Amino acid sequence: MNTTTRRKRGARLRRFIPLYIMMLPGLAYLFINNYLPMFGLSIAFKDINYAKGIWASDWVGLKNFEYLFKTTDAYIITRNTLLYNAVFIVLGLLIAIAIAILLNEIRGKMARGFYQSVILLPYLISIILVSYLVYAMLSVDAGFINKTILPMLGLDPISWYLEPKYWPYILTIVHIWKGAGYSCIIFLAAILSIDREYYEAAELDGASKWMQIRKITFPMITPIITMLTLLGIGRIFYSDFGLFYQVPMNSGALYETTNVIDTYVFRGLMQLGDIGMSAAAGFYQSLVGFILVLVSNYIVRRFDKDNALF
Amino acid sequence: MTKEYRGWRWSAHIILGLFALACILPFVLLFTSSVTDSKVIVTEGYTFFPSSLSFAAYDYLWQNSKMIFNAYGITILTTVVGTTASLLMTSMLAYPLSRKDMPGGMVLAFIVFFTLLFNGGLVPTYMVYTQLFDIKNTLLAQIVPWLLMNGFNVLLMRAFFMNSVPKPVLESASIDGAGEFTIYYKIVLQLSLPIMATIGLFQALAYWNDWNNGLVFVTDAGLFNLQNVLNRIMSDIEFLSSNASMGSGSIIAQLPSETFRMAIAVIGILPILIAYPFFQKFFVKGLTIGAVKG
Repeated sequence: MNTTTRRKRGARLRRFIPLYIMMLPGLAYLFINNYLPMFGLSIAFKDINYAKGIWASDWVGLKNFEYLFKTTDAYIITRNTLLYNAVFIVLGLLIAIAIAILLNEIRGKMARGFYQSVILLPYLISIILVSYLVYAMLSVDAGFINKTILPMLGLDPISWYLEPKYWPYILTIVHIWKGAGYSCIIFLAAILSIDREYYEAAELDGASKWMQIRKITFPMITPIITMLTLLGIGRIFYSDFGLFYQVPMNSGALYETTNVIDTYVFRGLMQLGDIGMSAAAGFYQSLVGFILVLVSNYIVRRFDKDNALF
Repeated sequence: MTKEYRGWRWSAHIILGLFALACILPFVLLFTSSVTDSKVIVTEGYTFFPSSLSFAAYDYLWQNSKMIFNAYGITILTTVVGTTASLLMTSMLAYPLSRKDMPGGMVLAFIVFFTLLFNGGLVPTYMVYTQLFDIKNTLLAQIVPWLLMNGFNVLLMRAFFMNSVPKPVLESASIDGAGEFTIYYKIVLQLSLPIMATIGLFQALAYWNDWNNGLVFVTDAGLFNLQNVLNRIMSDIEFLSSNASMGSGSIIAQLPSETFRMAIAVIGILPILIAYPFFQKFFVKGLTIGAVKG
């Protein structure tokens, strides 16, 4: 009896062997690309010495973290990352919703499709090309702003790539310019799925357009707004490396307002050779980032189980 | 239609029109700047209406085009190979995970899912790909790290398989004696063209636009893709000519540096602009699928 059930189970499992084999390449890749680096986070607690090899380097406990948090850099990169993300979440959502509502007002399919495609265009190109477009605007000697706009206003040219104070605005504009088309699509899909009958009833009752937006559109898309905001908060410790590294052209004079955790880690590793510090900052980001994802997901679950990630 | 509604419609057209202009004008400026005579750049700068035109920047580009062609070759190769491999690996992982009867499926699905929540970040990944597996300065560096497959796409595809591939079809094929690989290839893939095309498009874009892998893992200019070359020229304007010296030894024209920057960016943007109308409809649909799930 016992042997027959075991044999049955064996046969059952054998049936699935091809499926397990099929999964091998993908699982192997996840192991190498995702899981090994998770274990590799331990190098944040080591004094990396290439001569000894990464894995044989000495353990130094929390020394790397002590160094990191003694510098003013730790404060600056945390502040920049959090503030930029906060602005991006709030402004990004507001503008995306506004565009989606306006797109919904356009009845002609052709016209709506046209606006949608054009607004999506910046989302398609790499941040390297974006940095060229920004350079065409901001170049000190030849830029459109210094040569055409500022003279028209009777102002002196500005050395954009040396003046940190302008960059919070520039980076926000570039971020919105590149991303608004993408995020408005989510809202447009939500708005289009609202039952037309609500609006027709409101029209019969003489509700103004503004009233309809406030009383029908907004309440109907609130779950999505909440969800996207919380997802954004879950990722508030991460930033778009390309935006902060390529668009300011890695200009040292701008670090005060353009350095974020991702760029700090990259420069530490690739340019300064300061692996300990860089690994410590990376660990700090992974850990806090993970906690924030869990917390924000927990909150999403409390609001609406269907929209939670897990 | 009431007056109020017409007002709304017109304001919508005006605001969206302005925003659309803001999206297009930088591209126009890039183009007009690239054909501006470098003599008038000093006085007029990059402008929409240059007083004197010149194609000197493109001439210079053409004379030093070896590097560009090579970079395009690398970009096309990695895009094709990477996207194909990615689709295969993603679907081959997603299909078994979509089979609810497979023992251990839930655990494996969680292993995939966990990669979305937590990651090691740049430094350990760099160490894995340079110390453990040394792929620095190989073509693999442009294909494998970060880009090849991601858990999000696997779960997206798994959901599609669960909802859109009817179970009875799989069962009857199995009873007819078809092996799992045959079922995967002959049935699952054939029924899943929409999701394959969507994920394929996004993967292809990711490969085409990738510069990060080249920046981190490639120092050999011969393996630079288009984005890496553009990235390099931003900081080192003479990059093309300094690398072309190994080539033909032609007389190198004087470098019209300010217009040249714009010309090379035009060359970089053009393929996307040309292809966009063809995949545009599809792209918007795909965004909605990803967005709803994400």
